[in-house]
Formats: sequence, C-alpha cells, structure tokens
Amino acid sequence: MFKRPGVLPGFWPAYSYSVLYLSLIVLIPLSAVFLKAATAGWPKIWQTISSPRVVAAYEVSFGASLAAAIASVVIGFVIAWALERYEFPGKSFVDALVDIPFALPTAVAGISLTSLYAPNGWLGRYLTPLGIKVAFTPLGITIALIFIGLPFVVRSVQPVMEDADHEVEEAASSLGASRWQVFRRVLFPAFRPALLTGFALAFARGLGEYGSVVFISGNLPMKTEIAPLLIIAKLEQYDYAGAAAIAVAMLVASFFLLFLINFIQGRSRRFMETKLS
Amino acid sequence: MSATSRRRILRTEPTWLRRGLIGLALLLTFLFIVLPLAAVFIQAFDKGWAVWQAAVTEENARSAILLSLLVTGITVPLNVVFGLAAAWTIARFQFKGRNVLLTLIDIPFGVSPVVSGLIFVLVFGAQGWLGPWLGDHDIQIIFAVPGIVLATVFVTFPFVARELIPLMQSQGSDEEEAAIVLGATAWQMFRRVTLPNIKWGLLYGVVLCTARSLGEFGAVSVVSGHIRGLTNTIPLHVEILYNEYNYTAAFAVASLLSVVAVVTLLLKKVLEWKTREARV
Repeated sequence: MFKRPGVLPGFWPAYSYSVLYLSLIVLIPLSAVFLKAATAGWPKIWQTISSPRVVAAYEVSFGASLAAAIASVVIGFVIAWALERYEFPGKSFVDALVDIPFALPTAVAGISLTSLYAPNGWLGRYLTPLGIKVAFTPLGITIALIFIGLPFVVRSVQPVMEDADHEVEEAASSLGASRWQVFRRVLFPAFRPALLTGFALAFARGLGEYGSVVFISGNLPMKTEIAPLLIIAKLEQYDYAGAAAIAVAMLVASFFLLFLINFIQGRSRRFMETKLS
Repeated sequence: MSATSRRRILRTEPTWLRRGLIGLALLLTFLFIVLPLAAVFIQAFDKGWAVWQAAVTEENARSAILLSLLVTGITVPLNVVFGLAAAWTIARFQFKGRNVLLTLIDIPFGVSPVVSGLIFVLVFGAQGWLGPWLGDHDIQIIFAVPGIVLATVFVTFPFVARELIPLMQSQGSDEEEAAIVLGATAWQMFRRVTLPNIKWGLLYGVVLCTARSLGEFGAVSVVSGHIRGLTNTIPLHVEILYNEYNYTAAFAVASLLSVVAVVTLLLKKVLEWKTREARV
C-alpha cells in the first residue's frame, strides 16, 4: 500500500503524528458540528435555517460578499495591472502594502473602518451630505469585505500577468489589432481564470468573515445582521443545535466554493498544457 | 527609427492612459488599504503619548497582552512540530492518500472564524460531547485558557505546513539521501541538512502563525467568555474598550497589533528574498 522509495528515515513517525494531530485538532472537532446538527434532526435544522431572521442574515452575508467580491475583482485588477505592467517610483513598496489586509487583525480593521466611515469620520463626513450612508448599512459591510478580499484578487492575478506572453501580444498588434482589441481578445482571456479564482477566494472569505464586519455593520436584525453573528446569538441562548445548523449551511457553502476554485485552477492548467503541446 | 517607435507604441498604452491607471491604482490602494491602517496609528496618538502609554500599561491591557503571548507561545511550537512532520511526510514520500492529506491540511482556511470557535464549544462546552465528564472532574476548557489555545491552534493550523511543503518539494531530497547513505543518523540529517535548507521558510511560517495567533478575534471570541483580566486576549480587549466608547484607548491597544502586522510585512519581504536565495 505504501511505497517508500529511497533511504530516507522517519516516514511512519511523521505520518502517524501528522494524521493523529490533524484528527484531534481539525477532523474530530469539525465533525462535531455535523453530528450536533444531525442529532437535532432534519425538521429542527430546516426550521432553524428557514426562519426569517436566519434567511435575512444569509441574504445579507451572501449579497455583501458577492458585491464585495465583484468590486474586489475590478479594483484588484487595476492595482495588479499597474504593478505588473508599468514602472513607477515606489512600486515594490506599493506591492508590499497590498498584503496589509492579510496581516492586520480583523478586529483592528473593523474598528478602524467604522471610525473612517461613521457619519463624523474622515470619509463619512464627506459622504453623509451626499446622502451616502456607509457605517451601519449593508454598504459598510461591503466596504469591510472589499478590504478583506482585495489581496486575494491581486495575488491571484499577478503571477499570471507576470507570465503573460509578450509575443502573442506583439503578434496581435502587428496583425493590426488596436490596443483595446489586444486587451479584450488576447490579454483578458488569459487573466480570466485567475480573476475567477480571486473572486471565489474573496467571496468564500467574505461569507465567513466576522471581525472586520461586526463593528461597521451595526447588527440590526433582518437588516445588517450577518450569518456568523447569528451563530453567536444562538450560542448565547444555549441553542447549540441551532448554531450547528447555521454553521453546517455555511460550511457547505464555503467547501463548495473551495471545490469550485480547485476545478477552475485544474481546468485552466489543463487548458495551458494542451495549448503548449 | 520609425519601426522601433511604432512597435513600442503598440506594446503599451498611450502615456495619458498609463499615468491615469497608475494614479488610479495608487488612489485605490491608499483609500481601501493604507488609510484603515494609518487611521489606527493617528487615532491611537490622538490625545498624546501619555494617554497612549496609560492605555497600554493599564492592568486589564497588561493581562490581555500576557494572555495573548501565552496562547501564542503554546500555539506556535505545536504547529511548528506538526508542520515539520506533515512536510516531511508529504514532500519526501509517495503514499496512498497523499493528496487527501494535503487537502485536509487546508480546511481551517476555509472555515469561518466563528465556526472554528463553535466546534470546540460543541466538543468541550457544558452541553458538548465531553461537557458532563469535564464537569464531573472539574476541568474547564471553554471560557478558559485551554479553549482559547485550542481555537487558536485550529485557526493557525495550516500556516507552517503550507510554507514548508512547496519549499521542501522544490528542493528535492538528494542532499538528505546523501547524508543517510554516508552514515548520518536521522537526527544528524535533520539538524545538519534539512533544517539549514528550510530555515527561512520555517521562520516565515512561524511569523505568519505568530501574527495570526496574536490577532485572532472571531474564534477566540466564541470560546473565551470575555472575562476581564482572565480570558481576554488583546483583540478582545480592543473590542471591549471600543464598545465602551473608549475610542482612544481602543486604538492605542489596537496600535500594538498594527505594529505586529507591519513587522510581519517587513519580515515577509526579507524572508521571501532569503527563501528565493536558498532555492537557487
């Protein structure tokens, strides 16, 4: 069953330890959610996840994550394009800044964004007279999720832009294509799988995001309450089965997205391989 | 002359568009990414150095810092040992289920922080699987330090392994095989060959794991119970201060975490450069 080519020692101890630790920390605790939801039974699960407040929270989470992922794709594409295709002073510094949302703890991002977009905040004070309310609205949730999602898009697209084949681009222009045609017909199709991956990563992260959102969302039931917050609300009422039911629905959604990402990446890899051969 | 200049024009956008796009990219980076970080520091020092210092040295802040350091001190070594074992297994051997193992390691990245906390409440909480037994033996895990450690270990689980696996795969096993053939013991091989080769990647994994352990909010929030001076980590303390409208103090404590984030980014640059050097 196990092939061990070569002379290297330590397969069994390393393998057994990895599997044991993985099971204890990740697999067994995670299975607790599914078992808890299952022991409550289907009627109870269905009753929980179809109650109006929970459905509203799913809609808020899903809608804001979707809007933020789309915005992240557009903004992230512009940033990645400038970083990969143009030269300007301070470029590598700007490139390093893109990782800030990965490194900054979510709660810190949450209070900072809230203070910026609150009606008396640095940005909020200019947006409020225009009739744009950001803090404590779904728009605020979306802004927080753009902050969280942007690096996923930039870091997905950058390597593809770096590898883009200049010869194809030159061939297209020398055959008479305009700059816009080259972009639309040659460059953009090559970036599309990476953009989709970035979109899916940002979207998946947005669905589960908690720390950066709870402060700016205002948490009004039926309006700006996100799904993770309802899990906490259920726990505070000692409704463990209800919390587990909401969690299962979220886990299924995010695993589906991760599966989709692998599928996109696998397909684009196969596409590149057939093109090369 | 005309041929080369025409070709250059065709390969890139007109100057106005190029400058416009660079400007737009800089503006968007500033607005969406830099401003939230800058706002933390500016608001932290709003009322001067003395107020900042008072906020970060006050008793509850001090115990939150100590607890976060304790949790990180337990979490990081645990995940380093796992990362080394998993990378050794996956990058050095072919076996059935190798890809499954690789996929399972990534699971915690796909799980919402709140769900990451919830799973430990369902196992160790009063109504959880082990709750009654733990209650009989007077062991508290949820709403206590062990629960915070478990949730943090779960959330930071993949970091070290994720750094080491691709690095060790790209380096190959020739040097290690040579060491064994020449009579080195397993420990000698690990210490003299493997460790020097992977040290920068390992260090980067440790940096990421440390930063996330110190800053984790959602998962820890679910299992901690928010008991002041006992189960509050730095991010939870920030939340409490903020919800009490004590904004300057909240941002002062948050600025500590932001410094950690900036240092993480700096180390990332340095270590990326070192790993690339080691790979060549």
